[in-house]
Amino acid sequence: MRDIAPTQRLTKEQRRQRRRGTWADAFRRENLLDTILTGYLPILVALLIIVLPLAWMILSSFKPPSEIVTLNPTLLPQDPTLSNYSDVARRVPLLTVLGNSIYVTVIGSTIKVVLAITTAYALVFIRVPGANLIFLGILVALMVPPEVSMLPNFLTISALGGRDTLWGIILPGLGTAFGTFLLRQHFKALPKELFEAAELDGAGHFRKLFQIAVPVSLPAIATVALVTVVNEWNSFLWPLIIIDSPEKMTLPVGLNLLQSIETQTGSYGILMAGAVLVIVPMLIVFAALQRYIVAGLTQGAVK
Amino acid sequence: MTASGGSGSTSVGSVRGATSSSEDDRPADQARPAPTEAELEANRKRARRRAKSRNWSLFLLFAGPNILLILAFIYYPLLSNMYYSTLDWRLGSPRATPVGLQNYVNFFTSSSGIEVWRVTGIFTAGAVLGSMILGLLIALVINKKIPGRTAARTAVFSPYVLSGVGVALVWNFIFDPNRGGLAHILGAFGISSPQWYLDEDWALFMVIIVYVWKNLGYCAVVFLAGLQSIPKDLLEAAIIDRAGATRRFFSVILPLLTPTVFFLFVTNIIFSMTNAFDILRTMTPTGHGTNTIIFEIYLQSFGAYQRAGYSAAIAVVLFFTLFLITAVQLRYVERKVHYA
Repeated sequence: MRDIAPTQRLTKEQRRQRRRGTWADAFRRENLLDTILTGYLPILVALLIIVLPLAWMILSSFKPPSEIVTLNPTLLPQDPTLSNYSDVARRVPLLTVLGNSIYVTVIGSTIKVVLAITTAYALVFIRVPGANLIFLGILVALMVPPEVSMLPNFLTISALGGRDTLWGIILPGLGTAFGTFLLRQHFKALPKELFEAAELDGAGHFRKLFQIAVPVSLPAIATVALVTVVNEWNSFLWPLIIIDSPEKMTLPVGLNLLQSIETQTGSYGILMAGAVLVIVPMLIVFAALQRYIVAGLTQGAVK
Repeated sequence: MTASGGSGSTSVGSVRGATSSSEDDRPADQARPAPTEAELEANRKRARRRAKSRNWSLFLLFAGPNILLILAFIYYPLLSNMYYSTLDWRLGSPRATPVGLQNYVNFFTSSSGIEVWRVTGIFTAGAVLGSMILGLLIALVINKKIPGRTAARTAVFSPYVLSGVGVALVWNFIFDPNRGGLAHILGAFGISSPQWYLDEDWALFMVIIVYVWKNLGYCAVVFLAGLQSIPKDLLEAAIIDRAGATRRFFSVILPLLTPTVFFLFVTNIIFSMTNAFDILRTMTPTGHGTNTIIFEIYLQSFGAYQRAGYSAAIAVVLFFTLFLITAVQLRYVERKVHYA
């Protein structure tokens, strides 16, 4: 399988040609009706279903309460205002919460990626008896959803004094099975010749890891990193349990607090502003790096 | 040397691991007058043992922290959950009474426990079927060779990476029976909005819709990859045989897609049982009508009840349910799915 892969990959020129072919084909007169009816129309419907709620969120976040409770709502805000955003900031310490989310995401993801790289390297390149058994143990861990370990971890972190702290949010999630698994598969597929020259030069494992394995695996590492970032940023259950004070909350937990304060119909604008703050950054990251994120999240099914 | 046969056969696997160290000795070995197989074997063993202890310390340096974390925060909780599950114990209370398997009995026989299974079953079935069918339809459309399909693929996938809490807030507004976008759309057709939040059945239907909305892009992308791996000549042959689009779908595409269908079926069951918490909690905080198994674990220990022992028992049941599903997948499905 591995030998076939490179030949299936197209050169840039081939790909461009193929794309030009589809343009011409799709819009030829005999295909035009088919292209529109069975191609663009359903795609348009699907896109509307996906995009409309998000557009509704963004537009509503700029509407004053009077335009939210009205019986004749308009799609576009008639009298756009930023007051919803300042209201969010008045209810929860917005900058602190935003900072907490960034801190937890960056620190947590960095440590997880480093651990995944070193563990995967050890599993593939450092030969010890029982390594396969350890790998099996990591595979089983991959299957355990964090919700199952929630109660004991709550007790452990509480006992360590990690309640209501940022490290208390980060620590239990650091052991990484997903990244280790993905990178192990990747390292195993690396050609042995890459390392043989370095071995003849007497390179140790550290040099082999940082000068060979990591540089040639950057796309796979980016995939792991981005999937980890997405998960950390969106993580809700664990921070919800371990954090009590608003100053230590991450964005999803802060929004949960916001929702419990803002119960009136007119406050949907404020809640939409909050939703924008947690959703839009991830949309931007996804738009920019979607190739890696899709590859990572559909791992196992799509190669 | 009767044992040599035995030791030889056990070391077959590991000799390959030691070649790097024994290769250096080989030229010297050849100069010497023919060393016996036993001597060579002893040499290799010594070299291997030396390499082994050096390797172990390196291995632990590289993989140790991660392994420790996994043991402390994944394996230890699994075991301690099993212990907690035998207790009648309120969270935060110093006193706990051992009750044996009573928590499990309660979960499987009490009406509230059976209700959790019912809700989980409906939610899982709705979420899995909904996102797979819609995902397949979208994949079939995007699979057409038309410009813009990459952008469409990206857009359809995007809800999958968004915060469940944020998504749920947006849909809360849309589903609001008085001021929501959906109520206005239904009102235009003269239909009054269902009481999504008050009626338990509508509430369950509502969270399924939101989960499907968030999840169908994942199914679409995986299906798309499956569709693109179908050999073109098979489809062309079907066209030459004058098979219509429907016939082509059911006789050629769907059979070749079965590995993808199986894969998505299993992963979606697992995801819908574990990943839906943020949507459920944000849209229906009390869990009336929507307390799936994962929500129930949270509600029982951290909600109003604080029945930690009972919650731990449900967590153990969930783990073994997932274990069973994964085992079935590995046994029956894995080999049909093309991984690498």
